[in-house]
Order: sequence, then structure tokens, then C-alpha cells
Amino acid sequence: MENVMTFLPGILAGLQMTLGVFFITIIGSVPLGILASLAMKSPYFTIRWLVNGYIWIMRGTPLLLQLIFIYYGLAMVGVSFTRFEAAAFAFIINYAAYLAEIFRGGLQSIPQGQFDAAKVLGLSKGQTFFKVILPQVVKIVVPSFGNEVVNLVKDTSLIYVIGLGDILRAGSIAAARDVTLVPYLIVGVLYLIMTAVVTITLRASEKHLNVWR
Amino acid sequence: MIEIKGLSKQYGEKVIFRDLSLTLKDGEVLAILGPSGIGKTTLIKTLTGLEAAQSGEIEMDGQSYSISEPAVTSKIGLIFQDFNLFPHLTVRDNIILAPMSVKKMSKDEANLKANDLLAKLGLTEQADLYPYQLSGGQKQRVGIARALAMDPQVIAYDEPTSGLDEKATEQVVAIMLSLKAEGVSQIVVTHDLTFAEKVADETFDFEKEVHR
Repeated sequence: MENVMTFLPGILAGLQMTLGVFFITIIGSVPLGILASLAMKSPYFTIRWLVNGYIWIMRGTPLLLQLIFIYYGLAMVGVSFTRFEAAAFAFIINYAAYLAEIFRGGLQSIPQGQFDAAKVLGLSKGQTFFKVILPQVVKIVVPSFGNEVVNLVKDTSLIYVIGLGDILRAGSIAAARDVTLVPYLIVGVLYLIMTAVVTITLRASEKHLNVWR
Repeated sequence: MIEIKGLSKQYGEKVIFRDLSLTLKDGEVLAILGPSGIGKTTLIKTLTGLEAAQSGEIEMDGQSYSISEPAVTSKIGLIFQDFNLFPHLTVRDNIILAPMSVKKMSKDEANLKANDLLAKLGLTEQADLYPYQLSGGQKQRVGIARALAMDPQVIAYDEPTSGLDEKATEQVVAIMLSLKAEGVSQIVVTHDLTFAEKVADETFDFEKEVHR
């Protein structure tokens, strides 16, 4: 028990970092992902080409590598981020690419008739998107979005590579110092709690969205 | 009176109609007849601005407009063949969405209007239901209420009786006749001749009168 008290503060500080990266990624990547999914349907070839290239790179290389490039690589060419900024930037652009693919799928499954009905009623493009299309896309994408969010909880552990102290790193330090697996056990339980909270929240929103079909 | 002149539409080489003209007198019901797949729906989509035409003019209130100008399309309400109600909104919210977003009506004002329309179309009890909870005939009437909420000068129906049973068809007839009694001009595209006979003042035979 005495042991636990010695490494618990470190793990809780790491938890703060993990949650920080988690929330900033959600807040940043959702709007960017929606924007990218719309850009994929742009009438301009150049825009579609650029967005598809961006998504290809983001999905085609490991996030770990992207973190390294953004923190160390960009510093070499004179763009310097703090560690946290680099992590936030890498996670946001990476997750936005995955979310863009998910939103694109949702957008494609909205029947043309919905766009037509909105147009005939005189709704502007913005009104059509926010009041008619987006609410329907949200319902369609919630399950796959949930998968990405659960992945994100665990992916936050990658930030150790640019020297940020998340819970896993705090756990490793404590485990090495005290030669015990207990810190890892605690870290594992914390991840389980976080993913459980995410799952329950998403289930609740799925249920809420089921009032209409 | 509404006059459509010289309306032409083609997809690539395929001419759907050429130099089409038709007249809709105020407060009358015009039925556009013809077999499926002949281009009747395309005609109605062109009138409501959903499809671009190659050429065409429309005269409304003594003024001449080119076809599919917003000034024209905003005066034409459309009832879709498969209704296209917004599934995420209740019946009431389907009706008040456009008056609030487009005409910037207050919610109270829009609701009052919706109450009238719901009562008129026998939908008061369904006001808080979602589209998936409605029968075909009820969906049809919600579509009509949603279009009427924007005070169109003309209501256009695309195959309003397809997929409806006899009883629901009778209700559509009753609604169209009561709108006619109120002086609303209506255009109905249909291949159902018995239905057309019951509602129409004038008919337009697509096969005979359309040049290709």
C-alpha cells in the first residue's frame, strides 16, 4: 500500500496529460474531419486531389512516425512546436483523416431526395447541411465514430515518443523504480475505465438517436 | 395565370422534351398524363429548379422569368412521389423548418401556422410523431402541409397516388379539391387516369403534345 502512494501522484499527473491529448484531439478533429469529408466532394479537382493525398498520407503511415516527423522533423526546418502542441497537431490531423472517411460514408448514404426536398423548400446550402443532412449523418456514423474514439484513448500512449509523460510512461517509470508490475496494473485499469466511459456515453447517444429512423 | 413557353430539356443527345408550352389558369388543376419513364417527373423537376433546362420561359403574375429562377421556384411547392420527409424531425418540425429558416418566422408564429395546416389535413394527432411512424397516406399529407407552409402559388405533385391504397387516394382527391376551392393552382403528374378525371380541370397528354 505504501508503494502505491509513492507512484500514484505520478500516474495521476500522467492521466491529466492523457486526457488533455484525448479531449483536444476530439475537439479539433471532428470539425476538421467534417470539413475534409465535404472537400472530398468538392467540384474542384485540385481540392479533391489535395484532400485525398492528405488522407492517404495520414492513414498510410503510422501515427508514431507522424509524431516524430512533426516534433523533430519540423524543428529541423525551423518550425518548432512545444511537445504538447506537436502531439495535439499530429493527433488532430491524423484522426481528422480517419473521421473524414467515416463522415464521407455517412454523407453518401443520405438519399438525394433529402437534398431535393430542402432545395424545393428554399433552404440555403448551409441550412440544408446543418439542419437536414448533418443530423442524419451523425446518427449513421455514431457506431464507427465510437470505434475511433476508443482507439484514440489507447493511441494517446504514443506521445511518450516525443517525451511527454502520459499515464503509461508514468506507470513504466514507477514499475522500473520499484521493480513491480502493480503500476502497470493500475494503468491498465485506468485505460479500461476510460474506454468504458466512452462506450457508455456513445451507447447512450445511440439510444437517444433511436427515437427516429 | 402561369404560362410556360419553349421549355426544352435534354440529357446529352437524348431529348426529353423540346419547345414545350403549357398554361395553368389560376385556381385550376392541370393533370400531366403519360406512361412512366416518359419524362413527366423531369418536367416537374425542371419547374421546381431541381433540374436545369436548356431553355424556357415562364410568365407569372404578368412578369416574365427564365425557367428555374429562384423567384419562380420559390412560388412552386412540390410533393415528391416518395415524400422525402425529413426522418429526424417530427411532423410538426418538418412543417415549421422552412418557414423558420427561410422566411425567418418566429417559432410561435410558425407553430400557429402548422396547427392550422395539421388540423386542415387531419394530422393533429400525428404532430409529434416521426415520419417512420406514419402510414403512406399520412406521409403524403405531411408533405402537402410542409409545402403549403411556404405559401406557394402553385403546388406540384409527382405521382401522388403511387403506393397509396384506395382510401388514401380518396383522401388525396379530397385535399386537392379543397385546395382548389381555396383557389390554389395545382399541377399533378400522374399515369392514373381515374384519379386525374376526379381532380383535373385540364389535362396535358405528354405523349401527344411533346415534341422530341
